[in-house]
Amino acid sequence: MNLEGLEMVAVLVVLALFVKVLEQFGLFEPVSLEDSVEDEFELSTVCHRPEGLEQLQEQTKFTRKELQVLYRGFKNECPSGIVNEENFKQIYSQFFPQGDSSTYATFLFNAFDTNHDGSVSFEDFVAGLSVILRGTTDDRLNWAFNLYDLNKDGCITKEEMLDIMKSIYDMMGKYTHPALREEAPREHVESFFQKMDRNKDGVVTIEEFIESCQKDENIMRSMQLFDNVI
Amino acid sequence: MAAGVATWLPFARAAAVGWLPLAQQPLPPAPGVKASRGDEVLVVNVSGRRFETWKNTLDRYPDTLLGSSEKEFFYDADSGEYFFDRDPDMFRHVLNFYRTGRLHCPRQECIQAFDEELAFYGLVPELVGDCCLEEYRDRKKENAERLAEDEEAEQAGDGPSLPAGSSLRQQLWRAFENPHTSTAALVFYYVTGFFIAVSVIANVVETIPCRGPARRSPREEPCGERFPLAFFCMDTACVLIFTGEYLLRLFAAPSRCRFLRSVMSLIDVVAILPYYIGLLVPKNEDVSGAFVTLRVFRVFRIFKFSRHSQGLRILGYTLKSCASELGFLLFSLTMAIIIFATVMFYAEKGTNKTNFTSIPAAFWYTIVTMTTLGYGDMVPSTIAGKIFGSICSLSGVLVIALPVPVIVSNFSRIYHQNQRADKRRAQQKVRLARIRLAKSGTTNAFLQYKQNGGLEVDRGLDSSGEEQALCVRSRSAFERQHHHLLRCLEKTTCHEFTDELTFSEALGAVSLGGRTSRSTSVSSQPVGPGSLLSSCCPRRAKRRAIRLANSTASVSRGSMQELDTLAGLQRSPAPQSRSSLNAKPHDSLDLNCDSRDFVAAIISIPTPPANTPDESQPSSPGGGGSGASSTLKNSSLGTPCLLPETVKISSL
Repeated sequence: MNLEGLEMVAVLVVLALFVKVLEQFGLFEPVSLEDSVEDEFELSTVCHRPEGLEQLQEQTKFTRKELQVLYRGFKNECPSGIVNEENFKQIYSQFFPQGDSSTYATFLFNAFDTNHDGSVSFEDFVAGLSVILRGTTDDRLNWAFNLYDLNKDGCITKEEMLDIMKSIYDMMGKYTHPALREEAPREHVESFFQKMDRNKDGVVTIEEFIESCQKDENIMRSMQLFDNVI
Repeated sequence: MAAGVATWLPFARAAAVGWLPLAQQPLPPAPGVKASRGDEVLVVNVSGRRFETWKNTLDRYPDTLLGSSEKEFFYDADSGEYFFDRDPDMFRHVLNFYRTGRLHCPRQECIQAFDEELAFYGLVPELVGDCCLEEYRDRKKENAERLAEDEEAEQAGDGPSLPAGSSLRQQLWRAFENPHTSTAALVFYYVTGFFIAVSVIANVVETIPCRGPARRSPREEPCGERFPLAFFCMDTACVLIFTGEYLLRLFAAPSRCRFLRSVMSLIDVVAILPYYIGLLVPKNEDVSGAFVTLRVFRVFRIFKFSRHSQGLRILGYTLKSCASELGFLLFSLTMAIIIFATVMFYAEKGTNKTNFTSIPAAFWYTIVTMTTLGYGDMVPSTIAGKIFGSICSLSGVLVIALPVPVIVSNFSRIYHQNQRADKRRAQQKVRLARIRLAKSGTTNAFLQYKQNGGLEVDRGLDSSGEEQALCVRSRSAFERQHHHLLRCLEKTTCHEFTDELTFSEALGAVSLGGRTSRSTSVSSQPVGPGSLLSSCCPRRAKRRAIRLANSTASVSRGSMQELDTLAGLQRSPAPQSRSSLNAKPHDSLDLNCDSRDFVAAIISIPTPPANTPDESQPSSPGGGGSGASSTLKNSSLGTPCLLPETVKISSL
């Protein structure tokens, strides 16, 4: 048979259709160039269960009832038992609708995630809350210092503080009175360092921090705010 | 805010410790926390099904019934639970909203019932979650549309009875649009239909070859040329009728511009124009060709049938609404035709004596193949041609099959909508009747009560008093209080409630101004109007008799009633014994006491027995009434049994 020109094309077309039909019927799997992404459907159904109530009671300063209430709320929102950063940001952003709280939420997340595994379990959550709400003033100041110390190296640099400050000011949003100026965070950082940095070495250590805070009446008084949040 | 937000608020507040050292001003004091009783479990009892939940759960939404202090109104101190006499199945969804923050819409419940529950519990419909929102909105819109259609239909349904002062134009237009409204319109409708059919058939028959008599046998010619005069006359008659109809419609149309632009009028014009053009154009060779073409347009007369057939209209409307699908179909077909025609042309180019002389010539082959007609007048001979030809036919089936379901479903939807509208219109009468029944039921109950007024009081009067009492006493507490209220209103305004007929009669009686003698008036009245009127006449006649008997202008049946009770007379629908027309309601009244049939009740509602003491008064009060009164007692027994029954039913 002498195939020429269009006839060749016709035959090729027929062959291609044939292959396709076989593929459809699953009789003929061509070599796939890339692995089909079916892993999407295997959801990571990680379900984390916290330790028992008694252990948590020992570890934290909450009463049994308080722990129960806290856990019920936690479980309601996060049925899988852990919060990852995205969820955390989303939850926190609901409280500050005007501004952008995502950066601060990240810092907060890192502060709660004490073992740095990328997720906050109920134990982490409750441990952090216990420090803030039931701890001594020193504990609370410690926690705050830990929050500011982004790289956890024991001292707060101006850049770290600036990041924190900017994230806090971001939460305010655009519509403020008086209007936010660009330099406001920086000025705030300057005044902070002026107050806290005793030896003027450009960083604030934990001792300087606690010392300076203890000397400040306002701060000490405001610490009492958190005594009956729960 | 979502439910979860409330639970995370303490956390957010706690996290504010991070701002403390940075604060340049002292932070405000925390709001006073009322001594929390700790979390407790509330029991909500909804029609017997108990739901238990934490108090905090309900407190999440303080602006709803369950979240606010409003629920205290439903608190039952004895059982220590909140009792709601509502649907427990719906409450499940409401409570889940508190728990999860998302309100889901139940799929098998009526959307209106769901809305009512939401309204009761203080939830706004906007709270319906995203997953259910679309369906909720769709169903609600469907419902609203249906209700709107109903209302429109109700209002329009009153339309057929046009105000008396409508002009000839309006009447004519209405006759054209709704042929069922009057006999003349119906006749006109059928006549035009007939003539359309005649015209179309004549057009068709014109072209059939007629077998002529022997001398013309060699050549068969169409009937149109054998009998030109006959066909011409028929054509003229039809065109005259159509022209007349068109002009009448034009005259009657409320908005002539709109009518002129409408499709039906265009079809009318196109149907009759060829005739007139044919008349005007002189018969010379040049234009006869064009004239013949014009005759083609006569076939458009068949579209005039769409006024007569609803199905045709639906089809037309469907095609119009599926215009985009049809357009897509055409476009894709055109694309495919061009592609395949090109391919076939080049495939068959080499063959000798091939039919595929050019691409446009191949169009015909492609169309015939794609629509699977396959005439066989053009057939590929090369292998390539055959392969592509087969691909062409396969793809043709697919391309055509794709838009068809869309068109079909559109047609089906519109058709069902129409059917539903028809069904609703048919049921409308029953619905309206039911509503009117309910309304009149309560009025009649009151009027009836006023007539028996004394009976309830004087229970021990007669020997048959017990039977009467049995039948009469069935007024519920609600009715008694309602009637008392109506009575108070009557006393306040010094006016009394009556019904329509009485009222119109009163108007008529006042205009008559008759103060004829009792006996003559009484004897003549029932018979005269009674024979003319329908079964309602006994009541009318009685009323008239009462009114004329009373010399006071303000007819107070109540006062008559009192007179009766004082006289100790029974109510006597006396005309029932006279007029044969009344025999039927009489019988039905008899039956009704036994059967208590709702259907029977409807029949006899218009004839509540009124009192006509006058009937018995001119005749001997005691004796004359006795003969009649035995039968009348039956009926009197019947009707009071009847009415409370019907009232009960109508108050459902």
